[in-house]
Amino acid sequence: MTISRQAFLRLTGLAYLGAVARKAIGAITGPRWAMAVDVAKCRTQQNCTKCIVACHEAHNVPSIPDRRHEVRWVWREPFEHAFPGQVDEYSSLRGAPAMLLCNHCENPPCVQVCPTQATWKREDGIVAMDWHRCIGCRYCMAACPYGSRSFNWMDPQPYVHNPNPEFPMRTKGVVEKCTFCSERLSVGRPPACVEACPEKALVFGNLADPHSPLRQLLAARQHVRRRPELGTGPDVFYLT
Amino acid sequence: MFMFEKAVTGSRRYWLWIGALAIVIGLGLACYLRQLQVGLMITGLSRDVTWGLYIAQFTFLVGVAASAVMVVLPYYLHDCKAFGPLTILGEFLAIAAVIMCMLFIFVDMGQPARVLNVMLYPTPHSMMFWDMVSLSGYLVLNATIARVTLRAEREGVKPPHWIKPVILLSIPWAVSIHTVTAFLYSGLPGRSLWLTAILAPRFLASAFASGPSLLILLCLLLRRISRFSVGREAIQKLSIIVTYAMVISVFFVLMEFFTAFYSRIPEHTESLRYMFFGLDGHTGLAPWMWVSMILAAASLVLLIVPRYRHNEKFLVVACGMVFLSLWIDKGIGLIVAAFVPSPLGAVTDYTPSLPEALIVLAIWAIGALILTVLYKIALSVREEPLRSAAPPVQVEVHA
Repeated sequence: MTISRQAFLRLTGLAYLGAVARKAIGAITGPRWAMAVDVAKCRTQQNCTKCIVACHEAHNVPSIPDRRHEVRWVWREPFEHAFPGQVDEYSSLRGAPAMLLCNHCENPPCVQVCPTQATWKREDGIVAMDWHRCIGCRYCMAACPYGSRSFNWMDPQPYVHNPNPEFPMRTKGVVEKCTFCSERLSVGRPPACVEACPEKALVFGNLADPHSPLRQLLAARQHVRRRPELGTGPDVFYLT
Repeated sequence: MFMFEKAVTGSRRYWLWIGALAIVIGLGLACYLRQLQVGLMITGLSRDVTWGLYIAQFTFLVGVAASAVMVVLPYYLHDCKAFGPLTILGEFLAIAAVIMCMLFIFVDMGQPARVLNVMLYPTPHSMMFWDMVSLSGYLVLNATIARVTLRAEREGVKPPHWIKPVILLSIPWAVSIHTVTAFLYSGLPGRSLWLTAILAPRFLASAFASGPSLLILLCLLLRRISRFSVGREAIQKLSIIVTYAMVISVFFVLMEFFTAFYSRIPEHTESLRYMFFGLDGHTGLAPWMWVSMILAAASLVLLIVPRYRHNEKFLVVACGMVFLSLWIDKGIGLIVAAFVPSPLGAVTDYTPSLPEALIVLAIWAIGALILTVLYKIALSVREEPLRSAAPPVQVEVHA
């Protein structure tokens, strides 16, 4: 097949424009994933760990007993730890469980500081990670104001008891965190934690769609976000 | 090569010192190989305190590297002749310190084999990218300047003209390396101990105190163990620089205290309280920080009172105090304490593990080795007879 230089340049230009247009349209019309946590519903099951187990099993998250070397994608904290300074001593929220995960911030500090773009913001709002590019400098962990990132201080493999062959296992020396189950979203399934919750306390949805159940829930119920004053724009909301 | 032949001949004492350093380096290397094998779990770091001694040493040593400017600037911009024989020592100190900085970053990495990713995917929005650029640039600048000027000195000729703009460039560049290093920390939204505009000025002030005080100690040491002697005037001038920088550094620290404790905003006081008083019964850092404070105060007395400063015996003590005080402040406290409490309010103590400490020691030993070799070269050049008949360039030989 022969192609003239002019035709080649024209095609290249068109392809480039097409890619830019697709990106622009995608940014406007595409989904923006977010989550709401219904604290009252979560509270009815004080000892429930179903979402944590489902997530950690789906993603080969190691169960490391030493708290100092723990890896976690989703976990539970007392409300006053997750919202320091926002829960006074008379609040009914004291001691309420707060399910914590990566906030998939609109302006993620971790993405800003990463020296290799091993973590980046996708058009659909997910803060994604490339575990093969991460150099393990842990700058993102210093930057994250939510403590949502974990480092593999050792080889995680011995601590993964039921390995899921569908999902990659990490190596020692890289950082990891919740990915909003991007691998499940791509085949039309909701995140593992959302699916596992018996109380339907975790609501996942599209912030860009004003008619989505998530948007309606946020319009109807009072909610808070962790440290909004920092301007990171967390996309995980807590219905109180 | 760069006159390395001068570093392979030396007295018995010289080789004993080199041998001792080699042993320390070997021990650290063994520990590092272990860390490479099992991961950073062999350190005292944890998910809450993710940076410790390694990154803190890096931070402190960027300051030492930057402080070369405190001899280069007076000599080249103010024609301060007394600093003539000192500039090469300052530049060599900078070279050793920058290499140590790079090694400390390297040993802190979880995946050191991927270090080239920083260059393969250059990321201008990351301060770490700029730190790499400024540190490597500074290394090249100082290596070039030291090499060219020392060669000229050996040949007894004037250095080539083109080196002057390179030297002038190295002055703002020195300021930039420590500014960018401060930006690594001061731009993070969740770490209020670092989130302060005074961090870069504070880094520079403490650098210009700790670096020149180390240089004074090195000069006085060289006077004892070699025939090379930096004049008394140069030492006294340097000590004045140390004095001013230390006063400014302590002043900046007090500023931090005022803002935090007068405003009483919990977030801004917590890390400082952890450093000096402990939080939730965790008082591990407090003794260190108080030692640092007391040393700083005592050194200021010795430095500010002219009678003590002019007495080299007191000056040695003062410089040692300045160096140690700022090493504790920057080489331990400032980095570790920013991680306490964690974003979730957890107070986790950090104690370096033995292998971690040995790796740190080994990198200091590598720095000492580089410095020894480079100073040996510089001193040999100055002690040997000149190759041409031109008069020596500002060299005082101690009788």
